Amino acid sequence: MSPARRVRRPNVVALGVLGWLVVVAVPVYAVVVSSVRRREDYLDGGPLALPDAVTADNYLHALRSGFPGYLLNSTLVALGVVALVLVLAVPAAYAIVRSGSRVSARTLRVFLLGLAIPAQAVIVPVFLLVSQLGLYDTLLAVILPTAAFCLPVCVLVLTTAMRDVPEEMYEAMALDGSGPARALVRLVLPLSRHGIATAAVYSALQAWNGFLFPLVLTQSESTRVLPLGLYDFQDEYGTDVPGLLAAVVLSVLPVLVACLFARRALVSGLVGAGGK
Amino acid sequence: MLWAVPALLFFAVFALAPLGIVAYLSFTSWDGLGAPTWVGGANWSRLLADRDLRDAAWHSLVLTVATWAFQTPVALLLGVWSAGRQRSRAVVSAVFLLPLLLSSAAVALVWKSLLDPNFGLVAELAPRLGFDDASWFSTPEGALTAVLFVLGWQFIPLHALLYQGGARQVPDVLHQAAAMDGAGTARRFWSITLPQLRNTVVASSVLMVVGSLTFFDTVLILTAGGPGTATTIVPLVAYRTGFEGFEMGYASAIAFALVLVATGISLLLVRVTGFGRMHSTREGL
Repeated sequence: MSPARRVRRPNVVALGVLGWLVVVAVPVYAVVVSSVRRREDYLDGGPLALPDAVTADNYLHALRSGFPGYLLNSTLVALGVVALVLVLAVPAAYAIVRSGSRVSARTLRVFLLGLAIPAQAVIVPVFLLVSQLGLYDTLLAVILPTAAFCLPVCVLVLTTAMRDVPEEMYEAMALDGSGPARALVRLVLPLSRHGIATAAVYSALQAWNGFLFPLVLTQSESTRVLPLGLYDFQDEYGTDVPGLLAAVVLSVLPVLVACLFARRALVSGLVGAGGK
Repeated sequence: MLWAVPALLFFAVFALAPLGIVAYLSFTSWDGLGAPTWVGGANWSRLLADRDLRDAAWHSLVLTVATWAFQTPVALLLGVWSAGRQRSRAVVSAVFLLPLLLSSAAVALVWKSLLDPNFGLVAELAPRLGFDDASWFSTPEGALTAVLFVLGWQFIPLHALLYQGGARQVPDVLHQAAAMDGAGTARRFWSITLPQLRNTVVASSVLMVVGSLTFFDTVLILTAGGPGTATTIVPLVAYRTGFEGFEMGYASAIAFALVLVATGISLLLVRVTGFGRMHSTREGL
């Protein structure tokens, strides 16, 4: 890292960052603390007070309900979406950046236009399509449209990243006798790994966040994903806020673990990036 | 070029073809079960005269503009700041990213609890900050502000992440050269970082605008469109018309109108900023 970046920033930036840190940290603290309190204590003490007595009952209650199943379903959906998106979007972005023809500009435009297609707009036809394919009330019914709606952003992100690979490097690869496939694997993938990571993170979050597709395309308990499960908890729990918050915390833990690993991969990828 | 075909085909089946079908359905009357009946432009003339829809469109517009004005500066600040590679920044940005780990449903449910006027976080904080009344959800302005804030809390990390990625791609050489010429931090931000981030600004803005026009899960869970119809936005109207009122034809017309508006805005953003013509921010290097 160059010493130039280590120059001190103006205080106004530090204040802004600090302010947002409080805005994020205080609610997170309130959620975690409240999730280990008894309901009566929460109603008396409010969400900020330190708990007098810590209890795991809220968590045990959530785990005894359908929660583990929802967790598994959400994980499968997220993994399926990320795999599908990367397999489709990486070659597409590479083709758009490298071919340089009028067709490639038009292809990019199709995906750019796709940014403007909201899932709500096509939910009725997608429902029809999924039923026709016999996939209604399966996890695949959620994976396929979710992945399709991740493609525009991911192609855009990947195209932007791949455009910054210098032309001379392709020429050097070509001189060494490498074809396009080899150039993709040896040159473009390493240099655009930050973009790839961004695309993967984005798709995983879309899948994990997804509410509308599961709501309309699945029905039974066995295909229920986390957001729908939480939504149902709201009715079930009523004013039992600590119980609801414990379920929320449980829904975040696996992502937290996954993100710790992804973060490490991200950092090591950056350190090794040659030419930057 | 062949490598783009699978992605294009897949996208066509699950996004483009349904768009065509929705356009067709907007000229029909359909309860979702039988066969759609052709009704010509009936849905569209109803749409143009629909007062509730006009209100919802206004709410959508206000929310979209406010979202952009609120989220962009904060995300830019956080993204560029966290692009620095000091260890302390890595730790702090890990905290910033926490909201990203929560689903929309979880975020909305958490904030619904925290903003509860009787037992929530605001009930505790508002009196200390000098507000008498903490019942955000009972006034139109309060409810809209709450939606705006919660959406910001949830989505600012994503855009900060985009800006972080963009800022890290800015070549160090530029900063070093400017520093040698005596440019301070602020000057380098305005003259180097921001211009170099123009691709990212466009991408982030398009995402933000189209996103605000189309999300409804947060609003559905947080305020259910209320009080009254104060936070009822267009996608919520479309969802309720289709899946609660089973007027799939009219819902399709609303949905298709939404697509037209969103497409128009994206095209405008792309054209005004010339993103399609851009090759690389590394030009001139």
